[in-house]
Amino acid sequence: MKSGFTTMLRLLTALLFTLTIAGVSEAAPGDAAPSGRVAKPVLEAGKGDKCVEDTQFMRRNHMKLLMHQRDDTVHQGVRTKQHSLKGCIECHASSRNNSVIGSNENFCQGCHAYAGVTLDCFDCHTSKPGTAPPAASPHGQPLASASSTLDVKPVSKP
Amino acid sequence: MSEKPSGGTQLSRRNFLGMSAAALAGIAIAPGVTLYDLAHGKPPGQATSGRVRWGMLIDTNQCSSGCSDCVTACNTENRLSGGTLATDSQWIRKLELKNTRTGKAHSLPMMCQHCENPPCVDVCPTGASFKRADGIVLVDRHTCIGCRYCIMACPYGVRFFVHEPVTGQNPEVPRGKGCVESCTFCVQRVDRDLEPACAEACTAAGHKAILFGDLNNPDSEIAKRIATYASRQVREDLALNTGVRYQGI
Repeated sequence: MKSGFTTMLRLLTALLFTLTIAGVSEAAPGDAAPSGRVAKPVLEAGKGDKCVEDTQFMRRNHMKLLMHQRDDTVHQGVRTKQHSLKGCIECHASSRNNSVIGSNENFCQGCHAYAGVTLDCFDCHTSKPGTAPPAASPHGQPLASASSTLDVKPVSKP
Repeated sequence: MSEKPSGGTQLSRRNFLGMSAAALAGIAIAPGVTLYDLAHGKPPGQATSGRVRWGMLIDTNQCSSGCSDCVTACNTENRLSGGTLATDSQWIRKLELKNTRTGKAHSLPMMCQHCENPPCVDVCPTGASFKRADGIVLVDRHTCIGCRYCIMACPYGVRFFVHEPVTGQNPEVPRGKGCVESCTFCVQRVDRDLEPACAEACTAAGHKAILFGDLNNPDSEIAKRIATYASRQVREDLALNTGVRYQGI
């Protein structure tokens, strides 16, 4: 009885070990291959030719910048555009649906779907760039002048 | 002064003129500081200042029954549905009151009173409900868990819970399901040195019932009016020192 149990345990361990090895060896060439198991997101380039920070830095740290800016904005009324979500959206909204979400080709959603990271900014924030609310509001002018301070140049891609 | 010899008088006058010139030069040299102080605007990168306290004076004599220009302007600016069900957000709403003894009717807008000592901030378990340095009471939706204690604590019934998913927000006014919200004094506009949408609409329509300004600045129109005419806070007995004052009730 006891020896039967031990044998089964050994068998199971061996099986698990084999499976793990198989999994690792399967994953390794997959990651190295250019296409990968999960297709790399094909993202539409932003409207400017240069992001407010270095691209690699933004890949790793955009969430920290956004988190920092959001607290400054909500609590202290700091409304600079450099690291604001609004600024990101104005530049990265797709020319197809004027949004950063909607399909995996859209800037925010595409990369978040690839990385498997939940994106809940847009539960509250609009995913479309700023438009003046209809009529009777002097938003148009200040917003237009503010967007010119955004550190983004006209489109010219390499 | 008048008893001093004439030379002394001339000297002091010269001193006075000199000082005036220096003061004027100060304004001219540092317009970034002085003029911003006068206008109470702030550059976008600067934090709000505790020297300012934003407030509103509502003249109920000018506020006519049936007029809802302020409500419409608020709904447009903040992209509210305009519905009036218990589950709809009404950051500003019109109240029709009548004194049953005298028969005198009042019509007035009611919104977040932006208390100096806000009960909603006291009860918030997460710190989401807070008061900005310049006296504007807000909800940080990033921290709000939707417990609705603040709705219960508010004596004015001006906080609302968002029950349904929201789309088509103003980029500067994020709103979403599961959070509590209320009038923000159009903080996104105030930070750009514009007055709240309701005050702007009321003035534009010629009613001039809503006056917005800095209560702390003795030279501001609102501070002068409050110093000159009798104004009241709703539920003064609670000693919350509200930022919104009413004239004529």
